[in-house]
Amino acid sequence: MLVAGIDIGSITTEALLFDKAKGVVGYTILQTGADSKKAAELALNTVLATPGKNISDLNYIISTGCGRKRASFAKQSVTEITCIAKGVNYLFPNARTIIDIGGQDTKVIRIDGSGRVLEFEMNDKCAAGTGRFIEVMAKALNVDLDKVGDISLGYKKDLTISSICTVFAESEVISLVSEGEELEDILYGIHKAIADRTMGLITRTGGIENEVIMAGGVAKNSGVVKALEKAIGAPLKIHVEPQIVGALGAAIIALEKSV
Amino acid sequence: MSNYRQMWLDLGLDLEAHDALLSILGSAYQDIFLSQKNRPEGMKYFDFVMSEVHGLRIKELMDAKAAGRIVVGSYCVFVPEELILAVDGVSVGLCAGAEFNFEGAEEVLPRNLCPLIKSAFGFKRGLVCPYVEASDIIVGENTCDGKKKAYEVLSPMVKDLYIIDLPQMKSDIGKMLLKGEYLKFMAKLEDASARKITAETLKKGIEITNGKRKAVKRLADLRKADPAPISGLDALLVNQVFFYDDPLRFTASVNALCDELEERVKKGEGVFPKGTTRVLMSGCPMAVPNWKVPLIIETSGAVIVGEESCVGERGTQWLTDVKGDTVAELLDNIIDRYFQIDCAVFTPNPSRVDHVKDMFDRYNAQGVIHYSLQFCHPYIVESGPVEAALEKASIPTLRLETDYSQEDAGQLKTRIEAFRERIEGK
Repeated sequence: MLVAGIDIGSITTEALLFDKAKGVVGYTILQTGADSKKAAELALNTVLATPGKNISDLNYIISTGCGRKRASFAKQSVTEITCIAKGVNYLFPNARTIIDIGGQDTKVIRIDGSGRVLEFEMNDKCAAGTGRFIEVMAKALNVDLDKVGDISLGYKKDLTISSICTVFAESEVISLVSEGEELEDILYGIHKAIADRTMGLITRTGGIENEVIMAGGVAKNSGVVKALEKAIGAPLKIHVEPQIVGALGAAIIALEKSV
Repeated sequence: MSNYRQMWLDLGLDLEAHDALLSILGSAYQDIFLSQKNRPEGMKYFDFVMSEVHGLRIKELMDAKAAGRIVVGSYCVFVPEELILAVDGVSVGLCAGAEFNFEGAEEVLPRNLCPLIKSAFGFKRGLVCPYVEASDIIVGENTCDGKKKAYEVLSPMVKDLYIIDLPQMKSDIGKMLLKGEYLKFMAKLEDASARKITAETLKKGIEITNGKRKAVKRLADLRKADPAPISGLDALLVNQVFFYDDPLRFTASVNALCDELEERVKKGEGVFPKGTTRVLMSGCPMAVPNWKVPLIIETSGAVIVGEESCVGERGTQWLTDVKGDTVAELLDNIIDRYFQIDCAVFTPNPSRVDHVKDMFDRYNAQGVIHYSLQFCHPYIVESGPVEAALEKASIPTLRLETDYSQEDAGQLKTRIEAFRERIEGK
């Protein structure tokens, strides 16, 4: 039995194939761009191409992510909060707290041993402290997005970025540059600001319960991970592909539905 | 609607802006309300009221004024309608539920202010609210800091702004303050209307107001049924119209609607399938035409079964005792009644949580969505302890903070759907 999960996010779209006997058969990650409907179709076709399968070979498809209603080929849509919980539970059965930082959302989810959502918090409409925030800062500092995490780990001075608003933080960062602060210190300050904001959401869900898993694109940023681990006082577990957790959860729910 | 133009012009409305407002409202109403499935027949009356909300109803206000009655506009459930009716006045709620002319509001108010206040100013400064223009007295009340200070800015813009001070604690002194304020308000009404409040007129005022409250309580009671016989959106609309309509006609129309809903409940019919996830709303008032979050909820596979809100049970759950032979006795009953309102401006405010829990049980709800308007500090601050108390009682709770704009609709939908999934234990 073959099913698919597709996660249409604000920045990237992921498609994942799951076979009942073999587990994850394949996945793909691509940029969502301006047309999320097209991105969803392209992602699905791409992931089907490698094993030489067709959409008709799929028993069930579930879409998730902020563009979940745009995948007309999906049988059902489920929110990314429920899907991430399922995906994390599959990868880390002892997971109880999930921190997911994506392109425009930060979510903290508390789950039980079966991957059921006990409580969750998500940022309000502003994109402060999300992936987009880091993107804007990286651009302002003229650094490759992929490198900001590692560079920041070389910090020597504990700088604080007081504003978490993307617009104000950008001007704060620019003034730090003109004051002659070092790049790695500024970058770490940015990551610390994200960690602090995330801690607020964690407290609202009732605090940390181990194990703590981080997912979403920002989990690839070693600087944010380090700052968060420091703030929490516990190590974070991260899957090698933290971006596919939502699509994986969607596929697992698809499998449950098709049985 | 075409024959109202002269009336609107006489009221000093900006006809072009007003046309634009009505056209937006009309199409929103079509999309949000008329497109719902299995609506009760009884909602036709409320559709009619909404289609004539700036027309026939204003004409009625103008006719009442011509007959020597006063029109009293207000923004809060602490303004006692009983007293207004006791001088044969007309009580109307004023427009504050849409993002209209916020740029005009922000010329005189800070940007970081609650949308309800900004909306009231947007309507006033844009000259598009016939209720404000038709009001002989506008009653402000010292509830939150935002409103309290904004009334100072509003004062020079309107004919007669009258402020009622309100207590912030449920103490004996607080109650004395309320009594003093209501006594002053009675004198103000008597003066403005040139009519005397007697035990007889006050009793009549209490009976009419209680009639409205009993009718909406009856409606609330019918929403206990699964399947829900009426959508949360329609029930909210009835609670919104509560503030505008002729009270006797409103009561009769709500009761007619309830007769129909009783039949539906008997037959096991409803607007959503049996077993649809049931949520209770709690928090800030939703002034007409603020339908944003209820629409998202009811298009996300859940049904709203009650509103713990000023536009809902916080405003209507208590009746005023009609026993008493003197104005003084009846006024004491009114004070007793209003002093129970558990608005978040009171500190501490423990009865509100009890009320939410009680409603959760009474309406067979499965979760609570706490709704705060952005920058509404009393409700936002209170939302933390309320959520903690509810979750402690094993009541799933989702806290939302939003305004009248549509830009966060996608994120709200995700959170509301995820909340429903959490309740359903997927």
